[in-house]
Amino acid sequence: MADLSIDFCGIKSPNPFWLASAPPANSGEQVMRAFDAGWGGAVWKTLGDPIMNVSSRFAAVDLGTYKMMGLNNIELITDRPLSVNLKEIYEVKKRYPKNVVIASLMTETRDDWRVLIKKCEDAGADGLELNFGCPHGMCERGMGSSVGQEPKLLTEITSWTKEFAKTPVLVKLTPNTGDIVEAGQAAVAGGCDGISLINTIKSIIGIDLDAMVPYPKVGKQSTNGGYCGPAVKPIALHMVAALARDAQAGKVPISGIGGVSNWRDAAEFIALGSTSVQVCTAVMHYGYRIVEDMIDGLSEFLDAKGMKSVSELRGKAVGAYEEWGDLDLGHKIVAKIDKDKCIGCQLCVTACHDGAHQCIFTGAEDRDRPPQAHHPGKAKAPTPLPLGKHAGDRVPWVDEPECVGCNLCQLVCPVSGCISMEEVPGGKRETWNDRVREGRDKLPGGIHEG
Amino acid sequence: MNDLVSLLKKDRLETQLPDKKPLYGEGEAKAEAERCLYCVDAPCVKACPTEIDIPTFIKKIASGNVRGAARTIFEQNLLGYSCARVCPVEVLCAGDCVYNAWGREPIQIGRLQRFATEAALQPGQKMLFPPKPKNGRKVAAVGAGPASLAFCGHLAAEGFAATMYERYAVPGGLNTWGIAPYKLLASDSLAEIEWVGKMGVDYRMGVEIGKDVTGQKLLDEYEAVFIGVGLGEDSKLGVPGEDGPGVVGAVEWIRQMKLEKPASEKLGRVIVVGGGNTAIDVARECALLGAEDVAMVYRRSKADMSGYAHELEAGRKEGVRLVENAVPVAVVRDAAGKITALRVAKGASGKAVPGTEHDLPCDLVALAIGQSKLCEIAKQFPGVELDDKGRIVADPKTGQTGNPKVYAGGDCINGGKEVVNAVADGRNAARHLLAKKG
Ligand SMILES: Cc1cc2nc3c(=O)[nH]c(=O)nc-3n(C[C@H](O)[C@H](O)[C@H](O)COP(=O)(O)OP(=O)(O)OC[C@H]3O[C@@H](n4cnc5c(N)ncnc54)[C@H](O)[C@@H]3O)c2cc1C
Ligand SMILES: Cc1cc2nc3c(=O)[nH]c(=O)nc-3n(C[C@H](O)[C@H](O)[C@H](O)COP(=O)(O)O)c2cc1C
Ligand code: SF4
Ligand code: SF4
Ligand code: SF4
Repeated sequence: MADLSIDFCGIKSPNPFWLASAPPANSGEQVMRAFDAGWGGAVWKTLGDPIMNVSSRFAAVDLGTYKMMGLNNIELITDRPLSVNLKEIYEVKKRYPKNVVIASLMTETRDDWRVLIKKCEDAGADGLELNFGCPHGMCERGMGSSVGQEPKLLTEITSWTKEFAKTPVLVKLTPNTGDIVEAGQAAVAGGCDGISLINTIKSIIGIDLDAMVPYPKVGKQSTNGGYCGPAVKPIALHMVAALARDAQAGKVPISGIGGVSNWRDAAEFIALGSTSVQVCTAVMHYGYRIVEDMIDGLSEFLDAKGMKSVSELRGKAVGAYEEWGDLDLGHKIVAKIDKDKCIGCQLCVTACHDGAHQCIFTGAEDRDRPPQAHHPGKAKAPTPLPLGKHAGDRVPWVDEPECVGCNLCQLVCPVSGCISMEEVPGGKRETWNDRVREGRDKLPGGIHEG
Repeated sequence: MNDLVSLLKKDRLETQLPDKKPLYGEGEAKAEAERCLYCVDAPCVKACPTEIDIPTFIKKIASGNVRGAARTIFEQNLLGYSCARVCPVEVLCAGDCVYNAWGREPIQIGRLQRFATEAALQPGQKMLFPPKPKNGRKVAAVGAGPASLAFCGHLAAEGFAATMYERYAVPGGLNTWGIAPYKLLASDSLAEIEWVGKMGVDYRMGVEIGKDVTGQKLLDEYEAVFIGVGLGEDSKLGVPGEDGPGVVGAVEWIRQMKLEKPASEKLGRVIVVGGGNTAIDVARECALLGAEDVAMVYRRSKADMSGYAHELEAGRKEGVRLVENAVPVAVVRDAAGKITALRVAKGASGKAVPGTEHDLPCDLVALAIGQSKLCEIAKQFPGVELDDKGRIVADPKTGQTGNPKVYAGGDCINGGKEVVNAVADGRNAARHLLAKKG
């Protein structure tokens, strides 16, 4: 079995799976149950001056029958006294010395940071995570994302904490910023030992149209919240990758967060450069037990790929994330429909006609191409017309010369494996940047007539 | 034992029947798996006699960890592949899925279980449970049916030397030669047994305990013995004309259909006597194999039948006729001894009403009115007792019999339930023995 243990800037964890700083890591009793279930570490619910919370606090977007595709919250940092949290951290570390406990912190003045860091380290925390990400409530008080959005401030506060801290300092970044790389560089400039991202995305999740109040409702009012869960994973993946491939920000290890629900999501974050991953929404939905498949699935995957340890996976996909201008314009694929898998819904036909390049047809006759087509003549129907096992003559056909290989038909087809995108061999490799370099294309920007 | 499948003839009548619940494709499995709610303290788990962690294995299918899903299944049930295909899920796990209460289609647990386990059984797959070093302990089982397989498989995986003694030439018991082929073919059962065999289970085929080898010999040689002999021969009606060609025990007919009869065999007019699941199975098998006519003759009314309603319903759709309140009184034969009809009388509370006899023309009568008990086996093991119905007395949780060295499980203790019950018994006995110090 592959070795899942990691070393995150000196913090050793039995596996890369950590609870994110959020309700699942709110108390010692919870964190210990999580460790029993198999979690490698936990980032404690953010400590600071205890606050007061509102009721209600959460709202969600469902997608079809899938509940909580995206979750929105207006909860603040811990509402429990600091002394109680510290006692529990001490207790957890005593009983679970091999598991990681990281204290998430948010406070204001330099001296506050000094005191808070000392207390957490004395309680036995393995490291510190600076919460510069909370996009609601705390930012109005000059903390959370209001720090994460201000690179100079971010660097400064990080460097304060580095003066005081004996344990590694992770900076948790907010995605609510124009350029995540700038924020990452600012954190590294402040001397941080690692970066965690993403915190939640500023959002309004929906409106009660009868009451005319956004969700989640606090009586007759509401406020913007922080968005997380499976829906935010693509945004988080990009931000992790953007830091991983940046020479400056990529110097420190990354703890990837945002929509991780199973081992596959985790493997993707790791392949894009994360050393550990953190999970909040999936645990809020299904409980600590999900970690069993995360551990089992990731080790099966590593074994199947012949990787001896999870560190072999780290960053494996970063190299293939390139600038658009370096992509091969000569690479061409076309859609192929498996007539015997097709059920004849023809969603691909309408998607292609209205939303793509008008090159999927039905019926035995050759068809007129639209005026905007790239090739002269008619779209040639295949002879004989394919007759499908389930769909008979309702199986569509692809006008391959016109197909641009956009994937849309495959994305809408409800039958898995029915539409495959196949490579058309013989294309000559050439990139946009090659063309610009050779003067065959103009740089983007402005209208270049003639 | 390797390549058990080659023990079978290629040309078997059973291969003519189509798979009623074909293997899911990856997309289908994933879509169905996504539908599972991942319940906590899930009722489906409680309704599975082997308590497979159903939500966990289903979520592993959803995440793409199919091998992990198979491991979750086999940890609890070493015949998880057969069970996936033969379990009456409608009255077990899926019957208790929370979707039912909600008035929606329950999760297709059996089909998902098949998807995960069938992948793990493919040739070339790494072993899911690498065998542990031999611990020097030896156990034996009487019979190589599901109960014994589970007992020996679980112990072999823990390092025991486990040997099964089976009177027939092929292992698997009724799971190999009793299950309706549209659920599971004999070859599928044997493929799974090969897989279990890789844990290090040993077989002695063609050895009948009590005839070829005594029980005492096993007790002398082994630390513990597990009795998993199942049930005996089909019961008879006890009516005139019954003995002779054209009248056959249902289980015996199924065994021949699965192992011996050629694919070309044609069926005429068939009468099945009985109202249980075996009766429905034979009737459905004959109907699907193209018999000219298939009638189930039952002495009471439909409501009294012990067979599952969903199975009977399926049979009716496939063309099985039901003759209720009809009590067989004689088998009618022509001068040459060839069967021509089954003579029945009207039944009142299951008893024949004199003077109401009439003949139902037929070419074959299959008797599915129960199986006898193999009572003789108990005499081979001092201390092992039978109850008044001829079942071996054993603790239902641990399989312990009156003899501390002897365990029993499966049909021979419960009088005839499902494969999954037999597997649970074998596994529980293995766990009980494991918990004892070696
Ligand atoms: C027609 C039919 C259809 C069925 N369909 C289903 C179904 O769809 N789903 C389901 O879950 N269950 C089904 N069952 C029930 C299921 O097959 C049994 O519950 C299960 O096989 C019992 O397992 P077992 O190990 O107790 O006994 P068996 O499967 O009966 O195995 C006992 C084995 O012991 C051997 N044996 C007996 N005596 C000796 C001896 N003295 N020495 C050596 N060997 C001996 C026998 O030859 C046999 O191989 C069906 C049963 C029948 C009859
Ligand atoms: C209810 C709730 C409370 C949260 N509280 C905190 C917090 O106190 N400190 C913090 O750094 N992040 C907090 N987060 C953000 C999470 O730690 C995490 O960054 C985010 O939810 C994305 O991960 P996910 O998609 O797995 O949920 C909170 C999130 C939720 C849903
Ligand atoms: S999840 Fe628990 S705390 Fe939250 S509303 Fe429901 S019962 Fe209350
Ligand atoms: S979307 Fe898929 S299933 Fe539907 S018609 Fe197109 S190819 Fe067939
Ligand atoms: S009861 Fe149904 S929905 Fe719930 S875990 Fe079991 S199979 Fe899934």
